[in-house]
Amino acid sequence: MSDRRPPAPSAARGAEPAVQEHLLLRAEGLVKTHHGEGAPARAVRGVDLTVRHGEFVAVTGPSGAGKSTLLHLLGGLQRPDEGSIWLEGRCTDSYSEARWAEERRRSIGVVFQFFNLISNLPVADNVELPALLAGRSPRQARAERKELFAELGLDGKERSMPGELSGGEQQRVALARALVNHPPLLLADEPAGSLDSRGTREVMRLLSRFHRRGQAIVLVTHDARLASAADRVISFFDGRIADDVKLGGAAARGTAISDVVELRPAADRD
Amino acid sequence: MRLPLLALLARGPAHGYEMKQALEQLLGSAYPQPNVGQIYVTLGRLEKAGLIRGEEVEQSSRPNKKIYHLTDAGLDELRGWFAEPEDEPRVRDEFFLKLALAPQTGLADQIALINKQRRQYLNTMRNLSKLAGAENRDNRIAQLLIEGAMLHLQADLDWLERCQEELEDPE
Repeated sequence: MSDRRPPAPSAARGAEPAVQEHLLLRAEGLVKTHHGEGAPARAVRGVDLTVRHGEFVAVTGPSGAGKSTLLHLLGGLQRPDEGSIWLEGRCTDSYSEARWAEERRRSIGVVFQFFNLISNLPVADNVELPALLAGRSPRQARAERKELFAELGLDGKERSMPGELSGGEQQRVALARALVNHPPLLLADEPAGSLDSRGTREVMRLLSRFHRRGQAIVLVTHDARLASAADRVISFFDGRIADDVKLGGAAARGTAISDVVELRPAADRD
Repeated sequence: MRLPLLALLARGPAHGYEMKQALEQLLGSAYPQPNVGQIYVTLGRLEKAGLIRGEEVEQSSRPNKKIYHLTDAGLDELRGWFAEPEDEPRVRDEFFLKLALAPQTGLADQIALINKQRRQYLNTMRNLSKLAGAENRDNRIAQLLIEGAMLHLQADLDWLERCQEELEDPE
């Protein structure tokens, strides 16, 4: 738990308010209990979390650990029972549903495991709609959409309905929709959870590419292969952060990269 | 190293350096590169055992080189290799022993051990991802090797998760 908090940006002089100005997202004391049938489920039990601009954070843990609930809280899709969330320094405590919806158009993009595209709209419209809702002109919306489609290998699919595309293609449309308004933060909830291994690799490659251009990402996944693309991995257990680690800082024990395979399955096992 | 060298000779005679290059090209950068000395030593042993036969070839400007042929005995050995499945990887690692023995020593906390081990695995996973990106995409054998290593590691991480679920103090 030693590096639970990322170091403060160097520009700040250690004073708390100055640090906050540099944070993309800050959550403190988040608690969320689900009251369904049976005993109440304490999905999130006191979580403090910060995400800096441009940071790529993966949250991993067993299913039922509460990691999706945590992501939903960060995106305002669910409201915490306790605790607060600040977006770029603004406290969201008093936000209405409508205000959160506006944030999700402007400053937070979200992709889900099952894509959640509007099934009776062509995929181009699925992507342009949030741009129009955010106040872009139809021409701007189309230009943004076109650029993303080219980038994501979706040229020629504009008039397809979501159901006519493969899972991997639908997830790329969902990614275009999430990014069309250039939100500083992308939230991804098991984005490869319903994809085959090729689709998984594709999503991993695209997330890494957007991250390299400065996109901040919070990725919830049970797949360590996906998580290892992040700079920082949070292990989530039983509604709490069990570990928070930066990857790739100090060189791992295997010095040369070609030692990595040898290090594990081949040589070490017996 | 013995059987892979025999396998390389199944398609025709070759000399030691050719065999080193063929292995490297096939297996990609992820697989531990065989060193040339190791190959020559192994070839010497295989020849002594009658599994291959060396033939000196004169070269005008350089020292003679030795071309190796697979013998009938070598072919039988190779057939036997392909006929048998391999043992499964064994879960018998040092980490497991640390985890099992930590409580009675009072020197380490199990959850801290799990977290430390997970960090190690995650960094290794990250290196494997990089390796997969750096390796030629068209070399399917090399890509499969890396994917296999990642899946093993994924299983190890899943098991750490189970350990943590079982061993974490309930409140």
